[in-house]
Amino acid sequence: MIAVAAHASQTTATLQRVAVIAIAVLVFLFVFELVRRRALMERYALLWLFAAIVLVVLALWQGLLTRISSELGIYTPVNALFAAGFVFVVTLLLHFSLVISRLSEQSKLLAQRLALLDERVSDEQPSDEPQPSAVSKR
Amino acid sequence: MNRHLAIVPAHNELGAIATTIAEIRAAAPDFDVLVIDDGSTDETAAAAASAGARVVSLPFNLGVGAAVQCGYIYARAHGYEIAVQVDGDGQHDPRDIPRLLEVMHGDPHTHLVTGSRFLEHGNGHRSTASRRVGIALFARLVSALTAQQVTDPTSGFRMTDRVGIELFARDYPSDYPEVEAIVLAHTYALHTREIAVQMRARTSGRSKISASLSGYYLAKVLLAVLVSSLRSHPQGKAGPLSEAAP
Repeated sequence: MIAVAAHASQTTATLQRVAVIAIAVLVFLFVFELVRRRALMERYALLWLFAAIVLVVLALWQGLLTRISSELGIYTPVNALFAAGFVFVVTLLLHFSLVISRLSEQSKLLAQRLALLDERVSDEQPSDEPQPSAVSKR
Repeated sequence: MNRHLAIVPAHNELGAIATTIAEIRAAAPDFDVLVIDDGSTDETAAAAASAGARVVSLPFNLGVGAAVQCGYIYARAHGYEIAVQVDGDGQHDPRDIPRLLEVMHGDPHTHLVTGSRFLEHGNGHRSTASRRVGIALFARLVSALTAQQVTDPTSGFRMTDRVGIELFARDYPSDYPEVEAIVLAHTYALHTREIAVQMRARTSGRSKISASLSGYYLAKVLLAVLVSSLRSHPQGKAGPLSEAAP
């Protein structure tokens, strides 16, 4: 009875491992495809590729997660995984907030300078000539 | 060219912009009028231009803070000595501009003069009760932080001189900037004053603070004000990009 249960849980564990590896591989391929289509910049892609690799390593190297979690004094290895994932995601979000703030500031400066230059250019041009802004506004 | 500039931020103010410009030109003829069209989707820019204002059109809506700052960058680049902000929606009465100027010239230490609704109890347009409570809260906070009496920190009816123009061209808060701008001016040791004005009900457009002084606004401004008062050596957060005047 006990042997059967152990066997069953081992099968589940293997299935889980396969699933994790499959997901990681899918993420890897998807990210790779996004970069190929120039939809995702390499510097952000690296993060996700790295995360996928970590997943694969953890799935293949069974003892690693257990060892890390016992070193950290976490009873259930999966909790160590959750904790690490959570920290990773929060750090990433903070990083994105920083990037967004910087981009907003930059786009504000660009918009202001564009508007001021636009005013200056249309000021210098005689009104009967076609204005570049009229062309671009189409 | 005049040495004085009226900065008029306008976002979809087609109904009021021409009147506002005409009023400024009548009440303060020695002011050039610059309308910052903040990504309007209506014909605000064209209406402003045909009313005789210079128009700077932002390519998309940046918010009143960035629009006003754009005006200050313009003022700095063109060497204006005095700049006054007048809302494009008809709330501010341009006939008060000469009085603001008088106070500005009356005291060489004053760099920023604000038109306040609450300095005297006039019978002008009153805002809603919740908004008045919020304004009173900010007034206390800002007065405490700046050690100066500030009764109407949310008023966008402001005049400043070359010192203020250069400061605001370099660094001006975004979103709902009035309260923060006063604290910012104080951080740079600019002496500010208020005079009593009456504000009118807006004749067009909608309030920029539509959910007037909502929790978000309150929290955001509180944070900004506190952080800005903690900056011991404030720097233009914009960096070198904004330094280059067009």
